[in-house]
Amino acid sequence: MPKNWKSFFIFGGIIALLAMLPLFTNRSDVLTWSCLTLQYILLSQSWNIIGGYAGQVNLGHAAFFGLGALTTRYLWLAGLPFPASLLSGAFIATVFALLIGIPAFRLRGIYFVIGTLVLAEILKVVIDTRFPVASVLPVETLLTYSLLPRYYLSLMGAVLSVIAVYFISRSRLGLGMMAIREDEDAARTSGVNILQNKLIAFAISTFLAGLAGGIFAFYMVAIQPGYVFSPIWTFDSVVIVFVGGIGTLIGPIIGSVFFVLLKQWLSLHLPGGLHLAVFGVLFILVVLYMPDGFIEAIRRYGKMVTLGRKPMVQGG
Amino acid sequence: MVQFLAQTFVNGINVGALYGLAAVGLSLIFGVMRILNVAHGEFLMVGGYIGFWLFKLYGVDPFVGLPLVGIFLFLIGIVFYKVVFSRVAKFHEEVKLKNSLLIAFGLYLIFPQIAMVLWTADERAISPAYSGQAFDLLGVRFGYVPLAGVCIAIIVILAMYLFLTKTYFGKSLRGTAESWKAAKLSGIHIEWTFMITFGLGISLAGIAGVLIALTQELTPFMGMPWTLKALIVVVLAGMGSIVGAFVAGLILGIVEAVSAIFMGPYTIAIGLLIFLIILVLRPQGLFGRA
Repeated sequence: MPKNWKSFFIFGGIIALLAMLPLFTNRSDVLTWSCLTLQYILLSQSWNIIGGYAGQVNLGHAAFFGLGALTTRYLWLAGLPFPASLLSGAFIATVFALLIGIPAFRLRGIYFVIGTLVLAEILKVVIDTRFPVASVLPVETLLTYSLLPRYYLSLMGAVLSVIAVYFISRSRLGLGMMAIREDEDAARTSGVNILQNKLIAFAISTFLAGLAGGIFAFYMVAIQPGYVFSPIWTFDSVVIVFVGGIGTLIGPIIGSVFFVLLKQWLSLHLPGGLHLAVFGVLFILVVLYMPDGFIEAIRRYGKMVTLGRKPMVQGG
Repeated sequence: MVQFLAQTFVNGINVGALYGLAAVGLSLIFGVMRILNVAHGEFLMVGGYIGFWLFKLYGVDPFVGLPLVGIFLFLIGIVFYKVVFSRVAKFHEEVKLKNSLLIAFGLYLIFPQIAMVLWTADERAISPAYSGQAFDLLGVRFGYVPLAGVCIAIIVILAMYLFLTKTYFGKSLRGTAESWKAAKLSGIHIEWTFMITFGLGISLAGIAGVLIALTQELTPFMGMPWTLKALIVVVLAGMGSIVGAFVAGLILGIVEAVSAIFMGPYTIAIGLLIFLIILVLRPQGLFGRA
């Protein structure tokens, strides 16, 4: 792809800079924020695949994040090597997605939205009842706890998700997904295998969500099992993707950076959870006045910060 | 044993009537406007808290306060329609559904936080002096307050039904539900119809909120669970069916009460699971047309 060499260069440069970040600073707040931002990039890109590219508004994303987090956490603390636990977490999330995907994709439009929302809620209720006690890292792990491996793991996750979305947006598979998003009946008529395409999108999306959950489980000192299944994870991803620009490669990245910075800043200056209310207002404003997100606004003002060709922008 | 089952049944109906009432407003808004208001439970919460305020600060009896809350929430509904939802009301079907869903979703982020500031995270309840009283009938306990809740729910829903089927304005509402473009061509003032519909739906949520506050606790985060309940009931009944929504509410209440005996804390999950199965097998709802 000679046309894209410049973008690849920029992308590689950013990764290299991020990888060297701990050399420049050892302020733990900077590292923590970067960690969170990278984890949100991974999570929001994972939602972007199913919600942005395949156009299936999945409001049960927290279920897969939670499955990944819980599986990873318990396997890891039970003594399995961490990489194996992480992969099993993502794998479990994918298997669950494929199991429920076949009945869930019988539902279209609004019914799919409600169905996935309810599904995540079922899982949350069951987990809350089954695992009422928070999982805290054992003392020996706590003594050696360091942000650095967490940071690099988050970076790897975020890069992986961006690469995944990049290849999806340029593949036959991605074209199939976008065709389904635009008009499912027309896509079927033109020979797109609807169920297969949706299932693949769902599998990739939930694998990455499970990965995000696993990294989060590695990062957090204490985890309340019900919390990782909380709808907040779905809503955060949805807000980030919409604010940044749905169905684009760069949108969720911009969205995540913006989201984490604003969230930190607001929670310093506003009492309690009021920053969430500010996000709510912001989110409504974006939906009403900027349906293609920040990415579109940036593009309109001529400051192209896109990788490769024009991002795929979904019509509002 | 028979008494125990009958008591479970009665408890189920008490809760189910509230499910039905909460769902009717959601169903009305969806049926007429094709707007899925996932912030429905938030408005319900606001209604409950206003009732709580009226009772606590001004000593207004909750049953007297009920119409006041209804009117107030009606006005709130109109304001919210005018400020946000009217901007998406005339989009193409699918875009409208998605954007309205996202807007309501934004409201869901805002409401609990504001409620935290206004009413704190403490659990509140409206508890007038007579709230615990009950009478026995054949060994089954009937609480006065839950019974009144069921009666009010039935009256409100019957009134809604008569309003929609017998009055001119109700008919224009149903016409708009069929096709707003055709309704507009036949001279129905769409903007008005949408506004009133939204106000009515929100007002129903508020009334349900006060009745809920009389028998259960109020918290700033009760919105989403009640939205889910209302959604379940609406999908069970079939989108837009008013009386069906009430019947489906009763069914859900009874199913939950009965399964609570066997399932304990998993009751909510059972209710949701039954819902999912019905959703997959019969997406048009139990009472909906295919």
